[in-house]
Amino acid sequence: MAADYNLFITEETIEGDPDTSGPLAGATVAVKDNISTAGVRTTCGSEMLADYVPPYSATVVERLTDAGATVVGKTNMDEFGMGTTTETSAFGPTRNPVDPERVPGGSSGGSAAAVAAGEADVALGSDTGGSVRCPAAFCGVVGIKPTYGLVSRYGLVAYANSLEQIGPIAGTVERAAEALDVIAGPDPNDGTTRDPREVEGVNPGVPEGGYAAAADGDVDGLTVGVPTELFDGADERVVETVEAAIADLEAQGAETTEISLPSVEHAVQAYYVIATSEASSNLARFDGVRYGHRADSEGNWNESFAETREAFGAEVKRRILLGTYALSAGYHDKYYRKAQDAREWVRRDFDDAFADVDVIASPTMPVLPFELGESLDDPLRMYLADANTTPVNLANLPAISVPAGEADGLPVGLQLVGPKFDEATVIRAASAVEDR
Amino acid sequence: MTDTSDPDGSGGDDPAVDVAEVEHVAELARVRLAEGETAAFADQFAEILEYFEALDEVPDLDREEDLVNVMREDEIEEGLTQEEALSNAAETEDGFFKGPKVS
Repeated sequence: MAADYNLFITEETIEGDPDTSGPLAGATVAVKDNISTAGVRTTCGSEMLADYVPPYSATVVERLTDAGATVVGKTNMDEFGMGTTTETSAFGPTRNPVDPERVPGGSSGGSAAAVAAGEADVALGSDTGGSVRCPAAFCGVVGIKPTYGLVSRYGLVAYANSLEQIGPIAGTVERAAEALDVIAGPDPNDGTTRDPREVEGVNPGVPEGGYAAAADGDVDGLTVGVPTELFDGADERVVETVEAAIADLEAQGAETTEISLPSVEHAVQAYYVIATSEASSNLARFDGVRYGHRADSEGNWNESFAETREAFGAEVKRRILLGTYALSAGYHDKYYRKAQDAREWVRRDFDDAFADVDVIASPTMPVLPFELGESLDDPLRMYLADANTTPVNLANLPAISVPAGEADGLPVGLQLVGPKFDEATVIRAASAVEDR
Repeated sequence: MTDTSDPDGSGGDDPAVDVAEVEHVAELARVRLAEGETAAFADQFAEILEYFEALDEVPDLDREEDLVNVMREDEIEEGLTQEEALSNAAETEDGFFKGPKVS
């Protein structure tokens, strides 16, 4: 089955610690192929790293195997995480197990599809602008994007490091929360990690019994904000399905209130300026000298680097060039500085909203899963599909995508966003969505 | 700058992108483009950058979030061995990475 959907780039096993107990003991986990695994090649879905074998494992991989989980393979992904469909992979597209003529979403498409196809109990993805939540929504599974700083990025191959977090994907909210319990927490190898219990003004942090204990379905008295901007322009079938799920939360005792987040109208632009700018810098390391593909070149080192880097796929080249342009002389203030202003505006908008509501609900994706090949030649159209997920990365917040139901036989995801380090509340609310 | 890739024809300060500009940025980024990519990128960039124009409407804001430096003692720890560090290099010599010729 696995081969039909093209779920894995590399199917190799890393055994978990057999002498441990806990929720993940004996569980199988699929790991996105931009997360380093010692001795198992880590390609980032790119020809550039087709033969790269990391000499060390990411912190999250160590934590999972220490908790008794066994890695079953490295999952397919958009090249370097750059895409919304898993079609930009140098190893071919992954198919959506719900409908093999459709994309699984991206960029962690192989991870979400592996869970949906029953090939792994849990999977790890990375979410820079929605790359965990989008494929979770398209494949009908659960995906968590943690607060920036909750999960170590040590060993994650960087795309846009100020935006991205590693997050779990699973069939249920509780399962995903169990995986989050294992991978979360400070890491001396990632200076941006924080212990939520030590962050000022954060409430309630980690509940007793961990995040999994928060999946109790109790939303009585919870206030749910519904931002009009994240419903405008979405596919009607998606909106109907999500509204029905929100109505079910109301029936379970939650209160809903309409809110406005005017800044999010600029989130996609801000996200793509910041992400491509960071990518242009982060991907400068792929020069063929220390690791990765190296072209046979007769030229000098500038020519040799350029020829080596010809091996990037079109979407990666596009983003490196856009980022280089946005940072170049004369354009920095126009694009990069304004994008940082927009990022601050988005952060304040969410901050203000959370003064009145506990969580914010919206469609995860404004569209149903694309058909294979549908959006590949139209980058702007693909970027616009990230309208509801990118604001969360810009504001460094936790969010979850939980199945809201189906429309025309295709999965629809409900996104719940919470205040900084309040993973517990989004997990609790999501568990009520799946209970109905 | 040319008007040919300026889809709304507004000209002025709008950043139209032509093939020469894409080639220039590709050279800055040390990325060789494949046949046909340059022209395709010029069209796509014009469309994407026009969309980015909306950032002009964003108010000027000062960062409010308080950031703290994370420091640690500078202590010697075990790292990768030389063999491990070189294990993925295309070319090595006497325990060093070997890069392309400088000129």
